[in-house]
Amino acid sequence: MTSKTAMRILTAIVALIFLISWIMKSGSGMSDSAFTNVRDGFLVTFAVFLTLSIFSFLYRDNPFYKFAESLYVGISAGYWMCYGFWSTVVGNFVPRASRSLSEFFHVPYQEHADHILIYIPIIFGLILLTRLLPKIGWLSRWSLAFIIGATAGLNLTRYLRSDFISQVSNSFIPLFVDWKGVGDFVNHISLAADGQFIAILSNWVIFVGVMCGLVYFFFSKEHKGAFGVASRVGIWILMVTFGASFGYTVMGRISLLVGRITFLFGDWLNIL
Amino acid sequence: MGLIISAVVIGGGLLWILYLSIKGQDVDRRIVYLFVGATVALAIIFRLEFGEVATPIVKSVFDKIENLPAGSKIVLSYDFDPAMAPEVNPMANAFIRHILEKKHRLFFMSLWATGQSLLSVSLNDVLKPEFPDAKYGVDYCNLGYKAGNEGVLNVVITNFRKMFPSDANGNSLDSLPMFKDVESLKDMDLLISVGGGKPGVKEWVLFAGDPGKIATAGGSAAVSTPLLYPYWPRQLIGLLGGTKGAAEYEAELIKTHPRFKDKGMPALRMMGPQTMAHVVIIAFIVIGNVAYFRSRRKGKQS
Amino acid sequence: MKRQIPMLILSAVGTLLVVSVFIPSARHWQEDASLYFDIIAVFAFFLGGGNLIRVHTEKVNRKSTGWIYSVVTLLGFGIMLVTGLFKIGNPNGIAGDLSQTGSYFQLLFQYVMSPLNSTMYALLAFYVASASYRAFRAKNTEATILLVAAFVILLGRTALGVLLTNWIPAQLSVLQIPNLAIWIMNAPNLAGQRAIMIGISLGVISMSLRLLLGIERSYLGGDN
Repeated sequence: MTSKTAMRILTAIVALIFLISWIMKSGSGMSDSAFTNVRDGFLVTFAVFLTLSIFSFLYRDNPFYKFAESLYVGISAGYWMCYGFWSTVVGNFVPRASRSLSEFFHVPYQEHADHILIYIPIIFGLILLTRLLPKIGWLSRWSLAFIIGATAGLNLTRYLRSDFISQVSNSFIPLFVDWKGVGDFVNHISLAADGQFIAILSNWVIFVGVMCGLVYFFFSKEHKGAFGVASRVGIWILMVTFGASFGYTVMGRISLLVGRITFLFGDWLNIL
Repeated sequence: MGLIISAVVIGGGLLWILYLSIKGQDVDRRIVYLFVGATVALAIIFRLEFGEVATPIVKSVFDKIENLPAGSKIVLSYDFDPAMAPEVNPMANAFIRHILEKKHRLFFMSLWATGQSLLSVSLNDVLKPEFPDAKYGVDYCNLGYKAGNEGVLNVVITNFRKMFPSDANGNSLDSLPMFKDVESLKDMDLLISVGGGKPGVKEWVLFAGDPGKIATAGGSAAVSTPLLYPYWPRQLIGLLGGTKGAAEYEAELIKTHPRFKDKGMPALRMMGPQTMAHVVIIAFIVIGNVAYFRSRRKGKQS
Repeated sequence: MKRQIPMLILSAVGTLLVVSVFIPSARHWQEDASLYFDIIAVFAFFLGGGNLIRVHTEKVNRKSTGWIYSVVTLLGFGIMLVTGLFKIGNPNGIAGDLSQTGSYFQLLFQYVMSPLNSTMYALLAFYVASASYRAFRAKNTEATILLVAAFVILLGRTALGVLLTNWIPAQLSVLQIPNLAIWIMNAPNLAGQRAIMIGISLGVISMSLRLLLGIERSYLGGDN
């Protein structure tokens, strides 16, 4: 049997299963309207078809997967364009630009907004679209410059405050927690998760870990001697960090799979 | 019974893979895929569920919402797409239930366009059926999505109406009673971002919570959760990480507000399949390493 | 001129946003600049859509390999665009929320875009499992530390961790796997992530300064 024949047979089987599923889902619909039941039955079946098409890639690349992938690209682009138009062009530009347009789109007209300056971003936006035209595509750099400048300006202060100064400040933590003397510490020493010893150990690990992690990333000095030891400790701390990230990544990906299988068993096969 | 059947099937499969690996035979990747799929499917079919207890990082968010005075203003931002939804949607729904149960005012918004569509599902499936007395514009409102990522936060931190002249339904903010005493994010009592990408919890901390000194909490997809720990507890009051975080919050919600017990908590249900899948992943790592060290020893001997 | 004007625009906008943090009365300018940034950013979506039409139309015209899939892409794009721009089936017509329940746009999102998006990422679960079997080897000390940390997290974040180590007494409770997982996240993970965060922030700050001062010009592309 040639692969084309096999593909044709497979497509016929898929089409048959699709039809059976559509009929059964339409029949079990909860709405009073027959049209709604038929429509929803089709949509659920189509969603299952798309899900299984993507999963079929695990076996090997095939036309069903390619179809689903191409559809995804087109649908996503259309989705974001629609939202961009309604949320920002209609939501932010129209209320400031024109009373009649505002009434047409049923958005409240902003009496006190600047009705002239609001055209500046529209002009820059249209300039951005010149990227599609090779001859005048260089003009789009003006709009890109605006976007990059705004991002750079925002990030400079925010990252400096929250990701640098605050993080350094948050690392200045007490290395001796609830300290009442060596005797008291020794008397109550334990590996209880909420105990004093673990609290002190945690703060030491955080303080030393941040220092050594930063030492590791300092490449202007050779990692030798005490500097090398600190760098080594830094790598170990970073390895624990990456291990934790890996663990959470596995958890995240498995959750997505659980979600999809729950959809197949619950919404489609109704066995949950 | 389901646990026993799952354990037998999965255990047997793992032993077979271990045997093949020790013999030096390569296990086809499609067998591995099938095995993972079967593990998760069995756990879902047999409805394996376990109890959860909230950890401090999750409990701090719960306690904050629980202890705010009634009528407090809380922003809930849907910053995720369908790919993250299985993990974070349960968190968002749990927040909706908790916030409205405590009679706080809930302001919805999104920094992701897909968040709006997912919010629409939550409003239809959770808010309206379970809180039929909640009035739009008084108890909750939907501001909608705006493009611009952190640029949106940079405006609303000082002026809501500049970025949102109207809500998602075209109503002027001044026409909504709950906006009477709200000028900007600084008038809010709590900001909650549910998401896992960019823009997400990090952007809310950097561009809203920290500069505005507003209490901020997060619900994050598991992939992004470790990256947010440096913000806790000073810049983030708490963080729900992945399905586990969502399950812990749901467990705490059921414990404190038992009326939600029969509402079908999806995160708690997901922890069973999650547990089985984790066991399989760990087993694969161990089996892979056993085979590796055996072949290395054989190579040294020869 | 082709290079000077964009550099001037970048520096002016960026400097305004930086200065406005320190001068409260410049808040109004900061809000306007951010609002303009948002409106311009939306045109990037239109640019993406336009590019998609251009690329795939070219493929169809030339009948390149796989051109039939480009037809699918364009059809999907067109259908989504029409249902969204005209809010077809929206119970409140043009005035209502774009994603209102019952609108065709929302139905397409729920039953086409959502399953596609979710399943694409769900594939990663299988790849993680395959990588666990084939690639994660404890070849040296660092790799072993990574794997041990990963094991503790994987077990500690599930009920199995509780079952395995519940018997450990309270005096040694940090050795219970769930508590150990929490400790790993709160201490060494926090330390490592903080070190990385500080490093990245220094990079972002220096790159932003380079852009504002006109030292970094890669966004201008080649000479045109």
